[in-house]
Amino acid sequence: MKALYIEKLTKTYHNGFSALKGIELSVNEGDFFALLGPNGAGKSTTIGIITSLVTKTSGTVKVFETDIDVDSETAKSHIGLVPQEFNFNGFEKVKHILITQAGYYGMPAKLAEVRADDLLRQLGLWEKRDTAARSLSGGMKRRLMIARALVHNPKLLILDEPTAGVDIELRRSMWLFLEKINAQGTTIILTTHYLEEAENLCRNIAIIDQGRIVENTDMKSLLNRLDKEMFILDLKEPLPADLSLPNINFKKIDNTTLEVEIKRGEGLNTLFSQLNEHNIEVCSMKNKANRLEELFLALVEKSEASL
Amino acid sequence: MNTRLNRNKVAFNTIVTREVRRFLRIWPQTLLPPAITMTLYFIIFGNLIGSRIGEMGGFSYMEYIAPGIIMMSVINNAYANVASSFYSAKFQSHIEELLVAPVPNYLILAGYVAGGTARGLCVGLIVTLVSLFFTHLSIQHLAITISMVVLSAVMFALGGFINAIYASSFDEISIIPTFILTPLTYLGGVFYSISLLPDFWQNVSMFNPILYMVNAFRFGMLGTSDIAIEMAFAIIIICIISLSSFALYLLNKGTGIRN
Repeated sequence: MKALYIEKLTKTYHNGFSALKGIELSVNEGDFFALLGPNGAGKSTTIGIITSLVTKTSGTVKVFETDIDVDSETAKSHIGLVPQEFNFNGFEKVKHILITQAGYYGMPAKLAEVRADDLLRQLGLWEKRDTAARSLSGGMKRRLMIARALVHNPKLLILDEPTAGVDIELRRSMWLFLEKINAQGTTIILTTHYLEEAENLCRNIAIIDQGRIVENTDMKSLLNRLDKEMFILDLKEPLPADLSLPNINFKKIDNTTLEVEIKRGEGLNTLFSQLNEHNIEVCSMKNKANRLEELFLALVEKSEASL
Repeated sequence: MNTRLNRNKVAFNTIVTREVRRFLRIWPQTLLPPAITMTLYFIIFGNLIGSRIGEMGGFSYMEYIAPGIIMMSVINNAYANVASSFYSAKFQSHIEELLVAPVPNYLILAGYVAGGTARGLCVGLIVTLVSLFFTHLSIQHLAITISMVVLSAVMFALGGFINAIYASSFDEISIIPTFILTPLTYLGGVFYSISLLPDFWQNVSMFNPILYMVNAFRFGMLGTSDIAIEMAFAIIIICIISLSSFALYLLNKGTGIRN
């Protein structure tokens, strides 16, 4: 079953700005799906339309086969949303925010309290349950928004940049949590600017740019399209001035740092044997950027060039 | 169908509970000021000035103004509660919590209006208790008294909701109360009988809906009124139907809340 089906979706704002220009997208039930795009590409508008915060101009949106134009209440009952900006009442206590949200979805208070307690414990907010939400740290506020989105057991969880401004330790713990609920059957759609996050978590991906989907495929196929990778080598000794590495593209960053481009399928042995010949000792090596970032930039640049 | 009905029932109760919890949490801003202001009205207008005025409509001045002062506090607070709560929800964006949930628009409206009505009635009760320190109050027509105060609170809660939908700053939720609601209330026969006015101003007063509410409520309590009670009920019911239809139209259209 399709968790989300979007056909010919357009959105033109009152000022004439066309944010979406005929989006086609589908997400299977149980998927962990990345919706990526540069700022202003149309990600948040798309999410806004799915969750009925934004009125579409034309097109069809179905959530678990329910058309939002036909039965928006049923469609909305399947969705949990973690928006980009904090949008809870800062004066409310953490626990009340969750119980109230569950109530909006028709969950009786007693059941909502049990569910809220469970989520507060899972997301490390139990100690703060009676604290006014505005007093929470940034990371806790993010976790509160995730708990709020999950309190009514949605089948589809949409996260709009959930880890923005969150430290790496917390980000990784959130990844583990999201992987767990995805494994339990919740379909997840994620937008993020941390491409490493999308690469690690998501199985399928769509890239949106200037209101159009420029790529929609599975993560593995997309990454397989990379024909080269860039590596940064930290060297023990300064590089000789006349360094030559035949058939290898490289660039000296500084005296002890080398940037090397390796073509797909070539392996690293040739590079290391040539470095050996020059008695160059490598202390450490890392990817210049994550692989998805390279592809993302290439696709977005291509889309912009075609306009 | 039953599932949807139960879900809607829980959602409505949740909105009302949240609204009531809100005005009880901030009671120094919501419940205390009207009690103090109305006490001052009773002391200044009722006790100090009223003792020199003598009787009005066959009652002591304090007795005469008490129903109007109670109604004035109900109207103001029902309006202010919805206007500030709904606008704050827009301002802080937590209205989105409701908009993404499967809550029909009529329930959002009903929930906020019920919350505003609850605050209006709560303040009305407080002011009634305060007034008992200054005068004797009796109720001549219980059903008219209760129905009129509830309907008035509902009507002004609806007004506050529409104000909040259109408001784009906190200033804009105080413009209507300051420049329209307060003058209409003061000119609505709270402190005087319109029979004291020249004919022209009596006729002008007939266009003020608050006059009907105050007088119908006074009729319920004292058994005296400047206007026909049936007319008061007809006007208030027409106003409630018109305002709720308009508020629902704005909600469905997404005015002020959806892009």
